[in-house]
Amino acid sequence: MADATPAQRPRPLSPHLQIYKPQITSIMSILHRATGIALSVGLIVLAWWIAAAAGEAPYFDFVSAVLGSWIGVIALAGWSFCFFYHLLNGIRHLLWDAGWGFELPQVYASGRAVFVGAVVLTLAAIVIGATVW
Amino acid sequence: MAELTLPAHSKIREGKRWPAPAGAKRVKTFKVYRWSPDDGENPRVDYYPIDLDKCGPMVLDAIIKIKNEVDPTLTFRRSCREGICGSCAMNIDGTNTLACTKAIEDIDGEVKIYPLPHMPVVKDLVPDLSVPYAQLSSIEPWMKSHSPAPSRERLQSPEDREKLDGLYECILCFCCQTSCPSYWWNGDRYLGPAILLQAYRWIADSRDEATGERLDALEDPFRLYRCHTIMNCTRTCPKGLNPAKAIAEIKRLMVARR
Repeated sequence: MADATPAQRPRPLSPHLQIYKPQITSIMSILHRATGIALSVGLIVLAWWIAAAAGEAPYFDFVSAVLGSWIGVIALAGWSFCFFYHLLNGIRHLLWDAGWGFELPQVYASGRAVFVGAVVLTLAAIVIGATVW
Repeated sequence: MAELTLPAHSKIREGKRWPAPAGAKRVKTFKVYRWSPDDGENPRVDYYPIDLDKCGPMVLDAIIKIKNEVDPTLTFRRSCREGICGSCAMNIDGTNTLACTKAIEDIDGEVKIYPLPHMPVVKDLVPDLSVPYAQLSSIEPWMKSHSPAPSRERLQSPEDREKLDGLYECILCFCCQTSCPSYWWNGDRYLGPAILLQAYRWIADSRDEATGERLDALEDPFRLYRCHTIMNCTRTCPKGLNPAKAIAEIKRLMVARR
């Protein structure tokens, strides 16, 4: 039997990320993943610092100097934000897993609370860190 | 795997700019995704300036006007024009909704209209929904009972009936399904919010006796657990339902029966 329909182009994929409006729901979700990845990298740095503390004093001083440089301090502040955001949003996820907070106003409110809480805790950590230092 | 960009044959090019209607005072431009299987070209976005004084209030009114008066080649699905059939689901102004219940005046600036995201396009605003329909049939969305058929209706208390509120109203428009980034990246194995809400609709039904089998079928790293509570589904549902909550209830039942 002859093929009645001529060969057609494959169907295009409709646009997705390119056109979907960013919103607090999706932004906070991808930020949770991004901060998680950043924390995994931070863990290597933390391990490096602790390992240095177990070694020779000059090497520990070198590592402390790297982390105490202005680039190091900015990175530590960034990791602090990642830590507090990931922690608070993780608690938000735990509440969801328990079945709480699924109405949209609650989702927005808990999302804002996580953002504000992460910023406040990060600033507090920086202030306390600078005072002790 | 997450494929963040569009494949080469799906990339969107600039389309045709239709002339503004003569003598119109309130003009709004509708930017509409176009693709035809017949011309061998990539998808494009056409610009249609519309006189709002001669157009109905909803986005569906505008695209019907475009088809009737400007460009009869524009293709889209529509039927009931009152938000109960789910045919005119599309991406309007960046989120998925029904064209018939979305008011034009609620949209600032140009009205951008695309088909439901991350779906194969049949033509223009018509996506191929075969995969979600196959997924729907996979969860066996009908009442299953092992006990002998009663001589009359299967009774349900008002309290048990209330558990179906917020579930039975789903019209299967797939706005939520195609708003979910997790479904975009894993739509071949993750069932997606619309299908999981349907699955929960039968799990929650006091008359259904197959809860255990239904949960068995969902106990899978992909089918259920690719839901990461992103909440785009609940955010976009044009019927105001909460698929994310239904999925969370399924997850809780999974834990409870351990």
